[in-house]
Amino acid sequence: MSLDLSPRPGAARPATMVRAQALMELRLLSRNGEQLLLTLVIPLLLLVAATRAGSVVDLGAGRTIDVVTPGVLALAVLSTAFTSLAIATGFERRYGVLKRLGASPLPRWGLLAGKVAAIAVVELVQLTVLVAVAQLLGWQPTGGAGAYAWLVVLAVLGTAAFGALALLIAGTLRAEATLAVANLVYVVLLVGGGLIVPLSRHPDAIAAVLQLLPSGALGEGLRTAFETGSPGLLPVLVLTVWAVGAGLLTARCFRWE
Amino acid sequence: MQVRDLVMRYGSTTAVDGLSLDVPEGSITAVLGPNGAGKTTTVETCEGFRAPQSGSVRVLGLDPRLDAVRLRPRVGVMLQSGGAWTGSRATEMLRHMASLHAHPLDPDALADRLGLASCGRTPYRRLSGGQQQRLSLAMAVVGRPELLFLDEPTAGLDPQARRATWELLAELRGAGVTVVLTTHFMDEAEQLSDLVHVVDAGTVIASGSPAELTAAGARGTIRFAARPGVDVVALMEALPHDTKVEEVEGGRYVLTGEIDPRLLADLTRWCADHDVLTESVLVERQSLEDRFLDLTGRTLR
Repeated sequence: MSLDLSPRPGAARPATMVRAQALMELRLLSRNGEQLLLTLVIPLLLLVAATRAGSVVDLGAGRTIDVVTPGVLALAVLSTAFTSLAIATGFERRYGVLKRLGASPLPRWGLLAGKVAAIAVVELVQLTVLVAVAQLLGWQPTGGAGAYAWLVVLAVLGTAAFGALALLIAGTLRAEATLAVANLVYVVLLVGGGLIVPLSRHPDAIAAVLQLLPSGALGEGLRTAFETGSPGLLPVLVLTVWAVGAGLLTARCFRWE
Repeated sequence: MQVRDLVMRYGSTTAVDGLSLDVPEGSITAVLGPNGAGKTTTVETCEGFRAPQSGSVRVLGLDPRLDAVRLRPRVGVMLQSGGAWTGSRATEMLRHMASLHAHPLDPDALADRLGLASCGRTPYRRLSGGQQQRLSLAMAVVGRPELLFLDEPTAGLDPQARRATWELLAELRGAGVTVVLTTHFMDEAEQLSDLVHVVDAGTVIASGSPAELTAAGARGTIRFAARPGVDVVALMEALPHDTKVEEVEGGRYVLTGEIDPRLLADLTRWCADHDVLTESVLVERQSLEDRFLDLTGRTLR
């Protein structure tokens, strides 16, 4: 077959490019077993374990599943927006993918938009599955429909905060270091970041610090929202500050290769 | 494309040191030089990956960084290595690049042309080095650019793939595409390019067509056989001043000097006038490789 090699340059429409980028990222994600483990299997196991967790860890008043489910939803956001994004971007940087895309018609904001769209799809699947499974396991949130609206708002804010931090790490450290830090932070925040274990179960001094971390704000915000219908001002404020701060820092420090 | 007095430093190392070069439209221009000469840094500055620390770069009349949005769709880039997700499949990666352009080539036809059809579903990390190189070339070409930057496009290719790459590049030039390639293969520069810039230690030390480069100051040799005992002193008097003729063994002669058609004619005329029959006349002009080694030195660095 003969090819017409004569120049006919031109960028695709921005919407087309962003869609192509998002679909490409989703395909790559769906092929990556470790990512699926991180984003779905571990949160699901935690939910199932939660039906028995009360006998292992004292999570305070209330049925364990009601206490744990909002935390697991927060964990799902952390796994996708932080750990998964940081590792993927770190290796994209290492293997020259970011560099190559930087020379393509895809603008940088388009690359970011593609990533955000892919993350949104993954989180939508995660949160839908986890909410459904939690309800099957007997989760009875008392926050009403408003709580689900807050879930969306907090997930968006949490994604912005964790996503900016992920890109900060991936854009400044080597790929191996990014891999290590991203996994370590995931485990540390899971265990002691105020994500799953309510702040009320920590000493006051520690709780005061944890509520200012994005993990504490997201976990506590979701727990309060699903219990009372509103997360209160503090978690929203904390996540917003982290998102803006980390976003600005990342924009300054991110190195493409 | 135009580079003027480009200076690029990494820490205390000066990678590019006042380099200037031009790339005529519609040509294949080779940037030839030893490893570490500053070729990649120069090309990557033209691609907009780095800002010139001093000097200026114009590509298609535009500034590679300030006009990046307008420039990127018009320029095809092949990196020296990498550039694809390790988990992406060959044709998937090529289709993705195609989808970022308005009028791309048919990815399947292009993959076929470059012998990638058989490994189309193979993940990038499992492709051989040569397959990765060809995919990278395909990714640079698929958007139908006006200008192509290829950083060592045939490194690691087997001879067949190398020929196929050369043919594609010649065809691209025929279709009106300007090609800039870096290489340290002499034959690639010599056979493929219209213009060669020899770069060493961050600066252009010679420029010209391959023929001009090999001709410039090209001292060569003519070997010929004739009856033993030809009067070489008389012969040398009949030839240009700096030509030397020596009878290396009985009946075997070596002439060294600036070899051009006139010298060969003078030699054979003198022999005819003196009833000397020259046999097996062998003209050895220096190759681009000789010229390159003359220019850049022969020691390993």
